[in-house]
Amino acid sequence: MTAGVDVGAKFAKVVILKDGQVIARAKALVGFDLLKSASDVFEIALKDAGLSRNDIQRVVATGMGGNAILQKPPINADEAVSVIVAGAAGAYQVVPSVRTVIDVGAEEGRGIKVEGGKVKDFVINERCAAGAGTFIEAMARALEVKVEDMGQMSLKSVNAIPMNAQCCVFAESEVVSLIHSKVSKEDVSRAIHDAIAGRISSMVLRIGVEKDVVLIGGCALNAGFLPPLEKELHTSIIVPEFPEFVSALGAAVIAANPTR
Amino acid sequence: MKAHYGYKDGSGDYFIIIDTDKCNGCGKCVEACPYQVLELIPNEFDIEGGTMAAVKEEHRKKIKYSCAPCKPVAGERRLPCVLSCEPEAITHSW
Amino acid sequence: MEQAEVKTQEYWRWPEYRMTVSGKDWHNASVMTAGVDIGSVGSKAAVLVDGELYAYAVMRTGGVSEDTAVKVTTWALEGTDLEIGKLHYVVGTGYGRVNVPFAKKSITEIACHARGANYIYGPTVRTVLDIGGQDCKAIRCDEKGKVLSFLMNDKCAAGTGRGLEVFADLISVPIQELGKVSLSVDQEPPPVSNICVIFAKAESLSLLRQGWSKEKVAAAYHAAMADRIIDLLTRVGIEKDFVITGGVAKNIGVVQRLERILKIKPLEPKMDPILAGALGAGLFAKALYEKEQGLR
Repeated sequence: MTAGVDVGAKFAKVVILKDGQVIARAKALVGFDLLKSASDVFEIALKDAGLSRNDIQRVVATGMGGNAILQKPPINADEAVSVIVAGAAGAYQVVPSVRTVIDVGAEEGRGIKVEGGKVKDFVINERCAAGAGTFIEAMARALEVKVEDMGQMSLKSVNAIPMNAQCCVFAESEVVSLIHSKVSKEDVSRAIHDAIAGRISSMVLRIGVEKDVVLIGGCALNAGFLPPLEKELHTSIIVPEFPEFVSALGAAVIAANPTR
Repeated sequence: MKAHYGYKDGSGDYFIIIDTDKCNGCGKCVEACPYQVLELIPNEFDIEGGTMAAVKEEHRKKIKYSCAPCKPVAGERRLPCVLSCEPEAITHSW
Repeated sequence: MEQAEVKTQEYWRWPEYRMTVSGKDWHNASVMTAGVDIGSVGSKAAVLVDGELYAYAVMRTGGVSEDTAVKVTTWALEGTDLEIGKLHYVVGTGYGRVNVPFAKKSITEIACHARGANYIYGPTVRTVLDIGGQDCKAIRCDEKGKVLSFLMNDKCAAGTGRGLEVFADLISVPIQELGKVSLSVDQEPPPVSNICVIFAKAESLSLLRQGWSKEKVAAAYHAAMADRIIDLLTRVGIEKDFVITGGVAKNIGVVQRLERILKIKPLEPKMDPILAGALGAGLFAKALYEKEQGLR
């Protein structure tokens, strides 16, 4: 039995794997203390599966905060791998025909080219909030709408409007001014999704788009994110079940196959 | 005059630089660009006027994304705009 | 039932103002022109009498640019008994330059800024750094105020006045005092690691929670901002004399750090540097009017 712990910028995700089957999943917000946050989620996953730490042969950490739990109790992760490697491994596990992975989290967007389950190329959209999930959250606040409702709202839009601002901070002001100009919340929400999908697509084009294309990470849960992405990339995209757990799953798979 | 179009943000510096002293307003770069990023505009900086190439207003704030397809991670990098410019007036900072 | 009075201070709101330059009169002048600079955050109108600054006004840009253009110019003329209609030529500039209904021409803010800086600081100016509400411009010019090289960053809020507004709100310090607050540290802390305003905000919150004082956090943010600005300046190159214009020129926290790192002292302005764009536009208006008249 192995476990994968993905300590992301916003959420910590844990997957427990037994003989290639997922037997537990847990996720929770990450606080200032990464180790504590990750450990708490780990505990929840163990409890869910009715196991203790000793039952887990190997734990692999990944994500921005992966190193925080490396060989630190109570998790004592054996190894930390980059989220690129974990994302590819996880996507390959759920969609063996995958050639392109798009992973959009809270603070980073990544494109991974996969060949035979291994990372061939990758591109990262980092250090700019407009290229990741934070953008959608910030815009939800500006619209005074719950983040969970943003996606469905955008699907009800009737007009496509371009967004001029390419920065989270400026986009917030633009959203407010669009609402003042009586643009519907649905149309604004769609503009927001179109904008971020455009940015992510451009980056993915740098590694080339080859089917099957798989979308993972927290943003994949957003129903409004997929349509503009498919449109920009001119291809259908597969969103696996529990997309936000795929990198943690990848880490657990790597833990189960140490000689890879 | 050197016009720098683009920006710097948390992820890096992205500028297309057009040297209007070298640019002869031929427009070959405008046609060569597969994503219509460039255009010819009147030169407001010189009393003599004339036309000069420039990055379209709508692309200046997202030039990293506009030019991304011409800059693959692996493989050869061919920038059609730069290649089409005889006086070598256009350069990319990234 | 008693209504509790909720006092909410808007830390980000800077004051608006107007002024008539003393000792000047338009009644005996030949050419009255104006430059109207509609920025995305602030709008400025400069009225010139025979090519010299006569009156001006600075106010926040409203929802409708055309209305702001009229408002700010009318306000600049308040108490002078000169009207917009009596002006010989008006040039619009800035982000909203096409929205100045009474302007005869619109000219890019880059060209106007260089020209205006040449007026404010004199013919020795070679490098103009303009840090506005939503953008940051670096301009190299010659002794006549003609542009030799320029760069404008209006994509990213870091390194602009907007970034400072967000920060002022975050640490509850009025924006006019933010610069001073950032200098009230014994030792300069390292700059915040992530200059993206969103991430810097999160980082600053965490620093405040760790016990950092407001002053220290402000210093860390201003240090990062100075670094970002210098990166942009370096791209066009820095040649003396160097000047700083735009609203953020009033933030001594940014200005002093730039001086310290560049080891160049920017020239002191003879008048409000926020007017550079509008002034340059007003001067272009005079040149264009005289050219028109010359042809007749």
